[in-house]
Amino acid sequence: MANERVYRAEGMVLRRIDYGEADRILTIFTREQGKIRAIAKGARKTTSRLAGYIELLNRTHFMLAAGRDLSIVTQGEIRERYEHLSRTYWHATAGYYIAEAIDRALEDREPQTAVYTLACATLQRLNADAAAWLSDPVPANKAGPAARGWAAVRNFEIQLLDLLGYRPAFHHCVVCESALQPVEQNGFNAELGGAVCPACARYAQRTLPLLTLKVLRLIQVTDWAALPVMRLDTRTRDDVDGVLQQLLTHHLDHALRSWNALHHTT
Amino acid sequence: MQKIAAPIQGLIEEFAKLPGIGPKTAQRLTFFLLRSPEDQVTRLADALRRLKTDIVTCSTCFNIAASDPCAICGDPERDQSLICVVEEPLDVLAIEKTGIFRGTFHVLHGALSPVEGIGPKDLRIEELIQRARTTDLREIILATNPNYEGDYTATHIAQALQPSAIKITRLARGLPLGGDLEYADEGTLARALEGRRTFE
Ligand SMILES: [Zn+2]
Ligand SMILES: [Zn+2]
Repeated sequence: MANERVYRAEGMVLRRIDYGEADRILTIFTREQGKIRAIAKGARKTTSRLAGYIELLNRTHFMLAAGRDLSIVTQGEIRERYEHLSRTYWHATAGYYIAEAIDRALEDREPQTAVYTLACATLQRLNADAAAWLSDPVPANKAGPAARGWAAVRNFEIQLLDLLGYRPAFHHCVVCESALQPVEQNGFNAELGGAVCPACARYAQRTLPLLTLKVLRLIQVTDWAALPVMRLDTRTRDDVDGVLQQLLTHHLDHALRSWNALHHTT
Repeated sequence: MQKIAAPIQGLIEEFAKLPGIGPKTAQRLTFFLLRSPEDQVTRLADALRRLKTDIVTCSTCFNIAASDPCAICGDPERDQSLICVVEEPLDVLAIEKTGIFRGTFHVLHGALSPVEGIGPKDLRIEELIQRARTTDLREIILATNPNYEGDYTATHIAQALQPSAIKITRLARGLPLGGDLEYADEGTLARALEGRRTFE
């Protein structure tokens, strides 16, 4: 972008903080340039034309002016609004969680087109799931987070790890490399990056029950469209959550703040 | 090089910490006060000191006020069965300016943000639920900002208040998306209040 002062980028706002009298400082994940930081001047004023298109997570076309530290947002146009996301507490929390995970995982100005595509797909899935969940006439289906939405978040975690170069091993033992057997006695080690066979049990940090292992494998290797709706018991779901949380915490060097809010929300 | 006198430098630095004031403006304000009559400067200093010593938090609505209960909670003319929930004290000011609201307020002092680590316990949400249990309420208007964070906070509160017979409403969508309530003009805000809808 030689000497180009004004540039276009498609992106989503991951984080925004109030700054000065009426400005906001944004962390934008762009398709073209990865994560950038920008300022939206006067954006907290309801009369500001900027205000409407610097909402969290919407897929937006931005016009930016390159600044010394921060780019300046000059115009925008929303291409895709995930309007149902903030209508249920669980889905809105999931939106925050996706944003935080990406923000933690990426360095500034490191293009990551595949992660961008994954983020957009995940938000679309969550948005559609929120709409379906809200219009579901069966009250019993609303007990606990939506099954499809839950799977979308777990799928995002597994795919994100893969794209960052940390594909977790759920088919062979990370210590001896032997193929895992369908038994209840397998284990798991986040630092080693995957499952541990019964013979290598001394390396296990936690147990990996067979159903948990199967669910993790299914999410890892199945195309989203082909993934069945899984109605799992709470224990298995917590177990899958726990395995992926340990992996992310290890690879991102940080526990994600919104994980607790998401995990304890129904 | 002659160093600037410490009292002047000190005031410049304090001004520069304020929102919207850069180092140049901080200098201009300081030298303006330096040239001002002493009683004017004393009045400013007193006003600043009273800001912290004479201000209390209303134990009912948690707005910052000169007394507890505040002027609104203590006013028998106000409809105590109607509560408008807002993020910040400045939002109370914005809604009062519309002149059409006759109920009381509840100030949360922020919005929920799991990423910034702001959870329900960091806001006055439990106090609102207590208030809803112990007061004879007709309606709670969730007037948090019309953006992701504000919607998120409203959704949480609506869920936390269930089950309940109180009508829960949200400001009408007439407010421009994304902005902060405190900046909304009176006409728009009045229309948003009048057109409020039942929260799903
Ligand atoms: Zn092994
Ligand atoms: Zn009060």
